[in-house]
Amino acid sequence: MTDASLVVTNLRVEFSGFVAVSGVSFDAHPGEVRFLIGPNGAGKTTCIDAITGLVRATGSARLGEKELLGQQVHRIVRLGVGRTFQTASVFEELTVLQNLDIAAGRHRTPASLLRARRGTDASIEQALEETGLTGELATPAGILSHGQKQWLEIAMLLVQDAKVLLLDEPVAGMSHDERAATGDLVQRIAAKRIVLVVEHDMDFMRRFATRVTVLHQGKVLSQGTVAEVQADPQVQEVYLGTADAIAVGTPNRTEV
Amino acid sequence: MTKPKPWLSLSGIGVFAVLLLAVAPLVLTDHWLNNLGKYCCWAIAAVGIGLAWGRGGMLVMGQGVFFALGAYSMAMHLTLETAGDRVPGFMVLYDPLAPLPAFWEPFRSTAFTLLAIVLLPVVLAGVLGYALFKRGVKGAYFAILSQALAVALATLISSTIRETGGDTGLSDFKYFFGFVLNDPANKVMVYLIAAALLVMCLLAVWQLYRSRFGELLVATRDAEERVRFLGYDPANVKLVAFVFSALMASIGGAMFVPIVGIITPAEIGAAASILMIAGVAFGGRASLFGPALGAMAVGWGQSSLGSTWPESWTYILGLLFIVVILFLPNGLSSLPARFARTRRSAAQQPAPAIATAELEGVRS
Ligand SMILES: Nc1ncnc2c1ncn2[C@@H]1O[C@H](COP(=O)(O)OP(=O)(O)O)[C@@H](O)[C@H]1O
Ligand SMILES: [Mg+2]
Repeated sequence: MTDASLVVTNLRVEFSGFVAVSGVSFDAHPGEVRFLIGPNGAGKTTCIDAITGLVRATGSARLGEKELLGQQVHRIVRLGVGRTFQTASVFEELTVLQNLDIAAGRHRTPASLLRARRGTDASIEQALEETGLTGELATPAGILSHGQKQWLEIAMLLVQDAKVLLLDEPVAGMSHDERAATGDLVQRIAAKRIVLVVEHDMDFMRRFATRVTVLHQGKVLSQGTVAEVQADPQVQEVYLGTADAIAVGTPNRTEV
Repeated sequence: MTKPKPWLSLSGIGVFAVLLLAVAPLVLTDHWLNNLGKYCCWAIAAVGIGLAWGRGGMLVMGQGVFFALGAYSMAMHLTLETAGDRVPGFMVLYDPLAPLPAFWEPFRSTAFTLLAIVLLPVVLAGVLGYALFKRGVKGAYFAILSQALAVALATLISSTIRETGGDTGLSDFKYFFGFVLNDPANKVMVYLIAAALLVMCLLAVWQLYRSRFGELLVATRDAEERVRFLGYDPANVKLVAFVFSALMASIGGAMFVPIVGIITPAEIGAAASILMIAGVAFGGRASLFGPALGAMAVGWGQSSLGSTWPESWTYILGLLFIVVILFLPNGLSSLPARFARTRRSAAQQPAPAIATAELEGVRS
């Protein structure tokens, strides 16, 4: 789907004096499942916010030749960068199909927007199958389970034809089986796309990551394969004492 | 919102059209037919408010502005038509030699007047909406701003008595595009035009609601940021709905003039704008028929209860409004669905929250 890579260099984000992210550099390539981990408040979500234009940042975030920083949110999306949110955000009053239809609709002409939908796009069928939501086509998104909402979000990215998928804690609050299913899903879709997963859950990371970047207090603490990162004494120090909590995968949704 | 039966709604519009266009003229007295015509005008504006507010989440508290654009365009034309070659009477009241203000002149033309009724609201709402939505002005700020605009326009008209008739308004129209307004047959015709326009507006929003745009509008209302992250500019989505709603308010205003026979700033100011909103909330802002029926009910209440108890009518309306907001936040049109839900509730999962939660807080 794409050969371009996502290259983040020297990223820095400041919130009225408080430096949330500084000097962060990493890259992600198609075919790998790239992980961004770190304790609560490390700046993981802020990195994604910066790449997707939600917060102002300095440094550089390039997708292939294109600089993303400084562009408007919807323009960055149109360059092929999609994201999910820590708290699943789907259109609750609309059905699964309607959610996906909107995600697929960015290329439609204004005139076609004024018509009712007939049938289902092939890309939507495919995404439904991929995420196991085929049976929920007509279900209002608001009554989906938590895990299903996260999958719907991923499905929306798929029909949106995103080249880069930035997933913010996709397995938070999921059951063991749902986590495994999500991991498999992420691995499958990463074959042809750039996938960056922000996670808290070390177990999940160990099973599915190809390369890992560890953030701590807004800076890169360590970078490498799962084994390399785990062997890093600095990483062990940061996670010491909290390791148990992290292994259980406490969803850090309290930080909203 | 995910009504699976759009054809049911369409036949509903059909029944409504038969009632308004065929039954009402047969069974109602001239007086009540004229009143019904007036309610239709408010209902047309209300359908637009349902679109912008109910589906789009924009609390349009100043629709009186667009109502005024249509109403005054029409009123100026009818005033000039009545005056013939002379300058309208109220203008020469203070100065017998007063010339016709320059901005009145083009309203002699029928084509210009009709064009103005359509284009003035489109342009004003387009410019205003673009400026506000692109800057992310929404919620209470948007509501206050639109309301302020209605107050400003009403004040401007009040203070320019020589040019606009001021608080006395424009009235005593004798002709309506060549038809004598006193003639009962012509009155029925004017009523039928207003009723037909209402039916057309309902058809327009019916199509909008079942279209992809309608789904996108609801999505934008409930989670504007999420829509942005799907590659759309939510400002454009809202702009389209806002412009449509302004156009409908203008059409309602334009028909109000020949039916009621007078237009004053009181019909377009803050109180009038809020009354329009009240009708929509009463009937159910997000439903297809709710806004129109709610506006007609409030209109009817005003003429019947308002003439029986002129003092207490406002209080009755206020009380009713509070009761509806408290117990039926989605208006009277949500009653049937509510019944159905309580009847098959227990075993089922809880219904999705209807609250239009802003998803501002999705990021952390
Ligand atoms: N909009 C904001 N304004 C001020 N501070 C913020 C804002 N967003 C995040 N922060 C702060 O930046 C730091 C990093 O937050 P975040 O990126 O959400 O961490 P996490 O790694 O848990 O996702 C935290 O200390 C957080 O309080
Ligand atoms: Mg986070």
